Amino acid sequence: MSETMLTAQDIHFRYDPEQPGFALDGVSLEVKKGEFVAVLGANGCGKSTLAKHFNAILLPETGTVLVEKMDTKNEENLLAIRQKVGMVFQNPDNQIVATVVEEDVAFALENLGVDPKEIRTRIDDAMQMAGIYKHRHKGPHKLSGGQKQRVAIAGVIAMRPDCLVLDESTAMLDPRGRESVMKTIRRLNHEYGITVIAITHYMEEAAQADRVLVMNKGHIVMEGTPREVFSQTEKVRSLRLDVPQAAVLRDELCKAGLPMPEGIIDVEECAQAIYNLLK
Amino acid sequence: MLRDITIGQHFPGNSLVHRFDPRLKILLTILYIVLLFAAANPLGLALSIAWLAVLYKMAKIPVRMIVKSLKPIVPIILFTCVLNLFFVTGQGEPLVQVWVLRIYAEGVRYAILMAVRVITLIAGTSLLTYTTSPIVLTDAIERLLAPFNKIHMPVHELAMMMTIALRFIPTLVEETDKIMNAQKARGAMLDSGTLKERMHAMIPILIPLFISAFRRADELAMAMECRCYHGGEGRTRLKVLKYTKQDAISCMVCMAVFAAIFATRFFVPGL
Repeated sequence: MSETMLTAQDIHFRYDPEQPGFALDGVSLEVKKGEFVAVLGANGCGKSTLAKHFNAILLPETGTVLVEKMDTKNEENLLAIRQKVGMVFQNPDNQIVATVVEEDVAFALENLGVDPKEIRTRIDDAMQMAGIYKHRHKGPHKLSGGQKQRVAIAGVIAMRPDCLVLDESTAMLDPRGRESVMKTIRRLNHEYGITVIAITHYMEEAAQADRVLVMNKGHIVMEGTPREVFSQTEKVRSLRLDVPQAAVLRDELCKAGLPMPEGIIDVEECAQAIYNLLK
Repeated sequence: MLRDITIGQHFPGNSLVHRFDPRLKILLTILYIVLLFAAANPLGLALSIAWLAVLYKMAKIPVRMIVKSLKPIVPIILFTCVLNLFFVTGQGEPLVQVWVLRIYAEGVRYAILMAVRVITLIAGTSLLTYTTSPIVLTDAIERLLAPFNKIHMPVHELAMMMTIALRFIPTLVEETDKIMNAQKARGAMLDSGTLKERMHAMIPILIPLFISAFRRADELAMAMECRCYHGGEGRTRLKVLKYTKQDAISCMVCMAVFAAIFATRFFVPGL
């Protein structure tokens, strides 16, 4: 578990080299194998930009990104890196290439030149892992948003990546689709030990992570377990982010003079704490 | 209303015609077209139509589908008919003479044969699209054009473009619907006014549609890169097309019929 999956060392990046402003202004981080990391931040804080550095879609201006010791700047590593770090984007419609679900899931493997028989077994596995096996002969336009996004995830995990980067992958889905996608992701993380880096706007999703990073103006400004981060309600708010409702309630109750314990971030815990107080 | 558009007009089934190797199907369709011109005599055409009817029957495609595919070309058929009727000059006395227009017996024969030929041609090619799904068709085209790769023709890229176009048709149709509704909600008059006014009303629909299509293309390109897309080099396919014994037999039967039809050329005078 302690092996390193990804390392970013003081990376700087700007979209327009003639402008002085950096989208990423000295970001360093390390992600361990099997970890579930959530990245939070207001719009334009650089979190998507950071995500695109993890599989060499973008290259840093200075600093280095290492994927299992492979430098993303090295052209020769490109395919190996992209196969190791899969990426799922926001809009499922714009990620699906083929007109049949199973053909789309096979797309990455076809690109990698995998043997047709091997492709068959791998995509069947991937579709089962993502829970879309029964839809494999359908056209993608006949599926719901959540199902489409799971097709996109299956298409990525068919490559058998070690790490999955989700760039606001649940942002366009309805609550049910979001739940189904999150469940899939949690299962991939727990059962198959795939490292997950989830960029999200939803605090409830971030609360499920092992570690939370908060970004602001191209820097990582907060880092820690969800508990450590979200219990600093004031600071999180000042970064234009929401706090899970349970944490808000706990704060208000504290202000009202009730001795609520520290570090409450989910509903269950909060209810338990209130119950204990009322006893 | 936009949802009714069907592209490719695939009519799913599991007949021998459906299962026939798509590459051979394309080649035989081309051969059939050539045949319609090479054996354009009454007997040849009659045999061609009979053979096509057998295939349609085997594929279990209803007659109304054929009629549907012929509808858009009715004006073309009429046009060629009329042209032939008046401009073909035969020997002897004209059948009818009105002002400077003369109709000869030869012209009538020509016009009828021409019309039958065009109808058969459309019905024949429609059989290909009815019995082959667009994705299989694209795949087959890529395989057939593969030799042209040697002269640097971007075969894989063309096939990829076709696949993506097919994939995005429903998405873009849906999007057009949404934009139309949005513009209607702002008071755009799309269904009324003169032709010119209606064309003007299309501009606020087309511009957002194009912009969104470009944005989609951008994202799709990135998603494809993320999934290790690097052109056609070293690519494998999930579904590999294989010639079976059945394909060979079907192909031979078809060729035999074609040969018989072609032979009529030497016995019956054609066009």
